[in-house]
Amino acid sequence: MTSSTFWDFLPFILMGIPVTLEVTAMAMAVTIAVSVILALGRNSELAILRWPAGFVIELFRGSSSLVQLFWAFYVLPFFGIHLPALAAGVLVLGLNEGSYFSEVVRSGLNAVPTGQREAALTLGLSPAYRFFRIILPQALPIMIPPFGNALVTMLKFTSLVSLVTIQDLSFRANLAAASLGQSGAVYGLIIVIYFALALLLAGAARLLEQWVNRRAGRLAPATSGRSRSTVPEWALGGAG
Amino acid sequence: MRSVAEPIALAPAHRASSLAAPALVSMRGVRKSYGDRLIVDSIDLDVAAGEKVALIGPSGSGKTTILRLAIGLVKPDAGTIRIAGDYLWHEEGPGGLRPAGERHARKVRRSIGIVFQQFNLFPHMTALENVREPLVHVLGLPRKESDARATELLCDVGLKDHLSKRPAQLSGGQQQRVAIARSLALQPKVMLFDEVTSALDPELVGEVLRVVRKLAQASDMSMLIVTHEIGFAADIADRVLMFDAGRIVEEGTPRQVLKNPSNPRTQQFLRAVLER
Repeated sequence: MTSSTFWDFLPFILMGIPVTLEVTAMAMAVTIAVSVILALGRNSELAILRWPAGFVIELFRGSSSLVQLFWAFYVLPFFGIHLPALAAGVLVLGLNEGSYFSEVVRSGLNAVPTGQREAALTLGLSPAYRFFRIILPQALPIMIPPFGNALVTMLKFTSLVSLVTIQDLSFRANLAAASLGQSGAVYGLIIVIYFALALLLAGAARLLEQWVNRRAGRLAPATSGRSRSTVPEWALGGAG
Repeated sequence: MRSVAEPIALAPAHRASSLAAPALVSMRGVRKSYGDRLIVDSIDLDVAAGEKVALIGPSGSGKTTILRLAIGLVKPDAGTIRIAGDYLWHEEGPGGLRPAGERHARKVRRSIGIVFQQFNLFPHMTALENVREPLVHVLGLPRKESDARATELLCDVGLKDHLSKRPAQLSGGQQQRVAIARSLALQPKVMLFDEVTSALDPELVGEVLRVVRKLAQASDMSMLIVTHEIGFAADIADRVLMFDAGRIVEEGTPRQVLKNPSNPRTQQFLRAVLER
């Protein structure tokens, strides 16, 4: 049997791309859910919600993600909790990024002028309507640019899951490099792939940003010349 | 600050409402402080059905806080507030009054509406949506009927051609008229106006005052109006309350309070306002 070449491993490595993207997408979904819940908890008037939220945030921000991942995958089974590798990976990545991103969500929510809450409250709109239809649409434009950053960070972050047997780009690259006995070409390739994927995601985030801004009326052309009375305060706030 | 846009013209005395009618806003011993600053100091206030009451006084004197207390944006430290007969922060039970929370306040708020100084329109919605959404989601009216009613209200305030514009595309005066229509849509028994022209450029003040004046003359809603437009207050109010340091220091008809004030603070305040 002739020894394999780099080209023999190429398809095997490329098959990691969908896996990496899949893990990124799922972990970002967890990130969004976790960060909204933690942000609302942190913003709550009730200490019983504020406290645990703060604890979770500090726990995940303040300890090694890799160790957390090993815990979820190798240690939890001793306590009778058996998470599949994918679930453990997605959960740990999402909780990590979610802990950071909750601060973005929180500051986005807090950037909506109190007048908006007051108007909605005095009109008698329900708490759910106030959050999803009044506050959130106005907070989104502020949160989207950091969301783009988080997305790219997550893409790179996913290489951690290769250490719990998930066959993503990094996992396959490690295997290929070990089999070939040479690492330069393989790692050179995947760094280019990660870079290209990051560019792609950043571009997608920019499109999302434009779409959200359009929906929020931020780019609407002002037909009246008076800027003081026509530009609402929130539009002047830092958009990150 | 700006000059008084309206000439002083006193309201005819016959519009003063009868005292026999039950009060739509009723405050007893209401007190509110922020930190150690006492903003509202043991206020008793009754506003009769249909009565138009103007609140004047220097900034920080507690006028705006009175409105925010009346609609439950601010909870009083002491005292009771009733809107259209219902206690805002209390429930009446067999054992007397029990404290109640936000859920209860939300029901009582149905009878009262407010127009803010900063309009507070929802920037991501068109003028029509701003007025229509509460009709759909608070009153539970069908979408079509809500659209029709919102359109009619916006036409009434002169915004027929601006239905599908976002607030950012409207002038301040137009935005404020949308805000008025939005509050009117819910057909409150009491309307609060919190310095509704203070954030406007001078040339836009008139259009908003005209709408409020027309409303005051045509509707039988009770109104509490905080304003620095003395001529406007004189024109539409049945009663004027002069606030200073969290208390009502003078009250009476516009003729009494604005033309012949007896309290030195009122005299001083009016001189300062009218001299601008």
